[in-house]
Amino acid sequence: MTEPLMSVRGLVKTYPIKGGAFQKVLGVVKAIDRVDLDIYRGEALGLVGESGCGKSTFGRAILRLEEPDAGSVVFDGDDVLQLPQKDLKGYRRDAQVVFQDPFGSLDPRTSVGDSIAEGLRVQGYSRKERGRRVADVLELVGLEPYHANRYPHEFSGGQRQRIGIARALAVNPRFLVLDEPVSALDVSIQSQILNLLKQLQRELDLTLLFIAHDLSVVEHLCDRIAVMYLGRVVEVASRDDIFNAPTHPYTEALLSAIPVPDPTIHRKRILLEGDLPSPLNPPTGCSFNTRCPIAEKGLCDVYEPELRSINGEGHEAACHLRTGDYRHLDRPLITAE
Amino acid sequence: MSKGKFITDAEEPSESIALGESEGIAVEPITQWDLFWTRLRRHRLAMIASGVLVLLVLVVLAAPMMQSAGWIDSPVERLVDDGGRTLRNIAPRLNDGTINSLPPGGEPVDASATALLFGSDDLGRGVFTRVIYGGRASLTVGFVTGFIVALLGTIIGSIAGYYPGAVDQSLMRFTDLVLGLPLLPVAIVVGRILPEMSFLPSWIKQGPMGIALLLGFLSWGGLARIVRAEFLSLREKEFVEAARAAGASDRRIIFRHALPNAMSPIIVQTTLTVGIAIVIEAALSFLGFGVPPPTPTWGAMAAEGGRLAVRGFWWELFFSASALVITVLSINFLGDGLRDALDPTQTIERK
Repeated sequence: MTEPLMSVRGLVKTYPIKGGAFQKVLGVVKAIDRVDLDIYRGEALGLVGESGCGKSTFGRAILRLEEPDAGSVVFDGDDVLQLPQKDLKGYRRDAQVVFQDPFGSLDPRTSVGDSIAEGLRVQGYSRKERGRRVADVLELVGLEPYHANRYPHEFSGGQRQRIGIARALAVNPRFLVLDEPVSALDVSIQSQILNLLKQLQRELDLTLLFIAHDLSVVEHLCDRIAVMYLGRVVEVASRDDIFNAPTHPYTEALLSAIPVPDPTIHRKRILLEGDLPSPLNPPTGCSFNTRCPIAEKGLCDVYEPELRSINGEGHEAACHLRTGDYRHLDRPLITAE
Repeated sequence: MSKGKFITDAEEPSESIALGESEGIAVEPITQWDLFWTRLRRHRLAMIASGVLVLLVLVVLAAPMMQSAGWIDSPVERLVDDGGRTLRNIAPRLNDGTINSLPPGGEPVDASATALLFGSDDLGRGVFTRVIYGGRASLTVGFVTGFIVALLGTIIGSIAGYYPGAVDQSLMRFTDLVLGLPLLPVAIVVGRILPEMSFLPSWIKQGPMGIALLLGFLSWGGLARIVRAEFLSLREKEFVEAARAAGASDRRIIFRHALPNAMSPIIVQTTLTVGIAIVIEAALSFLGFGVPPPTPTWGAMAAEGGRLAVRGFWWELFFSASALVITVLSINFLGDGLRDALDPTQTIERK
């Protein structure tokens, strides 16, 4: 592994819950809660977790589409959270995003070419350069240059997602956030798009953050995988380690939910009980302790686990029991009431 | 260029040569306007409606010229004497003496050939002439009010919808205030006060312009609310977020992405407003607070004509109301066509 392209430290994003006649703040939802994550040059990092765990918010926050409350996002040496809004132009050239919904992410009243050229315009490309660049990226994602004149409603979901990718690639970024780019597509189209992304990553030397709620999709594309639960990263490891040696009980549960296309194989499925706890009122201690099959009373519901290295090779998990050493808790990290 | 190199960049040498030729390839888009015009032209009703409107506007603008050419008469002079005779012997349509309350001793004037095309009213004035002149006031009120409403409603609504929080709250409370004003009473009171304000130019103090401005400033609230609601939902759309991720400015997002997608309700509401403004001006005229007589307006004529119509003299009501209905319908059809033409998902084929 080389040095990280992006290094996220202590990222927090909260949303106030307002109500009443005078929009009083009734509570605070911690969508992402002190997340640390490194994204290395040229890798594809998968970020998985169930709905509402904060993975999309994380993707938006590191792109400054949401303003985080605390933390730092160091991209290529600069903390992008410190940049004033008007100086984001350079970062917008380096970091781009592909959205989930291929129907909602293209303006129905803007031609495909204009949508793709949006970022080029900001970066100061001339009209002629924009036209050429649009044609180039359209070909790059498997469409034709003449598609630039068309409007989004003339395309299928898979084609639109290609357009979304073309738009993100137009400014020649180094880093791409893919926010569930295939979860709205048919399975047959999913694989096309995943193959396209894989190919583009190789050819363009891209660094990817691939957000998904489905491990099987991530498996295909990613070198490393981070698992999020309730706004926290609970495990980070290489793809092989996640699939072969999952450490956090939540990761195990996620893995056991992947369907196996062979009815003769019987596996023990780990069924989690209950729902994701409300991020408005997260559990004390380990955020997973309310649903964890191995949680120990007096430990997991009191002390909050930190990400700890397991094998010294970048496999980290946040679990008192599985990371082995919890005697350090004689000096508790965080005391609960 | 940074590390991220495109495969097409590998063909660097040939690129500069190909530049000249590739200039005109399909990347040159058919502009929004071309598509818009094509769609609008295929919309038959809208085309007929705009033809009617253009004709109306031209006729109304040319009224003084037509008068000096002798095609129509002065809108305020009598053409029919107490006995129902005209100078040219055209059979007067209102000649039974019951309604004709012309003060004794008034002299009828020279009339044009078209003088009594639509009959005359109870003061012996030609309805045809008055319908044409009445259009000046009614169309002015309709279009100017519609323009003010579209402008204010869109600006205030989009700012409120795009900048939530304090800006939104204060603008919307102001909008509520304006919406809360009862239109007719306020228009009556302000309409009365207006002529007293000596600092105002005379084109505001009297005549249709003043009424149009008044109605415009009183009725933008509904459109502002609609536009705000559109913007609130649009600003959460992923394509707006995508534009932001591309680095587009607020101004560009508002004008290129939000406004075009909010166009349908704006057009519908504005065309409705034009019709409503003409009718409200009629109501004001009916109540005696509109454009002061003897200047004709369609609304005032319809009101007078209504009084005559109940006694069987239908023509003043019929012709003035027809003019009003044709105008309002044409505006609505045109609005319909504009809305469809601005929607790229509409197929170009349309009857």
